[in-house]
Amino acid sequence: MAFPLLLQTTTAPVASTLGTANPVSILMFFLFVSVTMYITYWAAKKTKTGSEFYAAGRSISGFQNGLALAGDYMSAASFLGIAGMVATRGYDGLIYSIGFLVGWPLIMFLIAEPLRNLGKYTFADVVAYRLQQRPIRIVSSIGSLLTIAFYLIAQMVGAGSLIKTLFGLQYEIAVLVVGIVMTAYVLFGGMLATTWVQIVKAVLLLSGATILVILSLAQFDFNPNNLFDSVSTQYGDSMLAPGGFIINPFDALSLGLALMLGTAGLPHILMRFYTVPDAKAARKSVFVATGFIGYFYLLTFLIGFSAMALVGKPTIEELDKGGNMAALLLAERMGGTAFLGFIAAVAFATILAVVAGLTLSGASSISHDLYVHVFKNGQSDEKGEIKVAKNATIALGILSILLGLVFKGQNVAFMVGLAFSIAASANFPALLMSIIWKRFTTRGAVWSIASGAILSLVLILLSPTIWVDILHNEEAIFPLKNPALVSMSVAFAVGIIVSLLKPEASAAEKFEAEKLRTYLGVGAE
Amino acid sequence: MSLSNSKHHTVLQSQEFKKLVSNRWTFSLVLTLIILFVYIGFLLLVAFNKELLGSKINTHLTLAIPVGIGIIILAWVLTGIYVYWANNTYDKAVQDIKSKLS
Repeated sequence: MAFPLLLQTTTAPVASTLGTANPVSILMFFLFVSVTMYITYWAAKKTKTGSEFYAAGRSISGFQNGLALAGDYMSAASFLGIAGMVATRGYDGLIYSIGFLVGWPLIMFLIAEPLRNLGKYTFADVVAYRLQQRPIRIVSSIGSLLTIAFYLIAQMVGAGSLIKTLFGLQYEIAVLVVGIVMTAYVLFGGMLATTWVQIVKAVLLLSGATILVILSLAQFDFNPNNLFDSVSTQYGDSMLAPGGFIINPFDALSLGLALMLGTAGLPHILMRFYTVPDAKAARKSVFVATGFIGYFYLLTFLIGFSAMALVGKPTIEELDKGGNMAALLLAERMGGTAFLGFIAAVAFATILAVVAGLTLSGASSISHDLYVHVFKNGQSDEKGEIKVAKNATIALGILSILLGLVFKGQNVAFMVGLAFSIAASANFPALLMSIIWKRFTTRGAVWSIASGAILSLVLILLSPTIWVDILHNEEAIFPLKNPALVSMSVAFAVGIIVSLLKPEASAAEKFEAEKLRTYLGVGAE
Repeated sequence: MSLSNSKHHTVLQSQEFKKLVSNRWTFSLVLTLIILFVYIGFLLLVAFNKELLGSKINTHLTLAIPVGIGIIILAWVLTGIYVYWANNTYDKAVQDIKSKLS
């Protein structure tokens, strides 16, 4: 009796304005682009030096950076995708959210402060600090660029199809618009513009999701228990418990490790720690980011179940089998076309903020790691470096538009998992060992990064994810859907064994000397 | 240059500094192990003992829901504990040592 709406909603016909031009979303979208372009214009005037382009002149406060980190990390995939997964499969969606969140404490305990104290603009600064620059810069930029490329392709293809559904805009035009706008942010406004775009997006996304949850819970007398009751009455108790989503325990472990440790190896996330003045602000920003991201995942969980209960599973699956439209359908049901338009524009803003962060991080890796430390032996002038960074931004913008067009209609969902696997296997082990292990050597780092990246790529090709689902072979050669369990363990083992086989005296000596900088911040940039 | 180098050397060799570094990693490692233990334990429960997570705690609500939400909250609380410790204990020790450098 508590849900008079229940009968109505489950029998209501599918009536959604999704896919038609929505005046509110178009207005909201133009408003967002105008405001962020103004921010970019303002930021451009303050972005002259290298430190300003890559790190916003280290002027971002801990709280602001926490919000920006959340804006950098919460993708449309986690907003629409996880809400959709919960709306169609129930509890299993939450397992993903937890995996995406638990990497953040590790960033706090192991990475953030040493990273901030030792590095300048990229995480490779830390790995290369006491090792030989050239080999380390080459392999770590490959690790970074692979992570960024796969993440970026998934975002661009997702953006194209999402915007097509939301605004009725052609896929190609959508990809073009996203590519051009994100390039403009990074090219003209550097890290300062990117940071504020991410902050605006985080505030919009968090408040939009909060309003959606409040409107939905109002249908259940603001008691989540009533919501869960409604879900299990309609779709059975199994929706509220882990189901058949993960069958092989090793699959669960491998995916779990990829999500957890991959988060701590994402170049565009790590880069954000250079935008704050010191290690104290860096740690505060992780606390703030973890709080907002955790809160956001709790909201997506409630949004997913609310959509299941109020919109109905069949309706959601009818529009999109993966349930990606669940949050939007719920928004329309709760707040009409206007609110749908608002949430749709928020989803668009979400994509822009994430791809801008990725592009800036890719450009930094090309200019700071490759151009300066490989081609110029660390001897480049600042002007030359910024010029290369800006050219790299344009090149990455064009490349991501082209990749978005090439992969149109392809199944790219695995690419996010692959990006996390490479981050967990190539970037994270080398970064962690360079911070905590005195006897880590150049050769150890090179082989660790190379084996982590190559194994991730080869094993995912042979895994059920690609070998069976995409290439349609009968049986997978490698059993796990995500390779991180193997590729990351091998990367650690290779790094340790190769380092022990041939010690590097100078690296061990510098490890002692760098401790003042690591732990006291003496001489930190 | 050599004067500051010798000061640096003294600090690096001091018990105080060594203790700072070892305290920092002990604290971090304990927190890291807690989150790893909880998260991997959760994954193993999902893989091997779905029945336990699926058991009811009231008419419909399963144990899985408070456990899942609990892990999200725990992750945040642990980062808070670290910040509290670092701001109050670690940073003070750092200031003490730094004052000897200048």
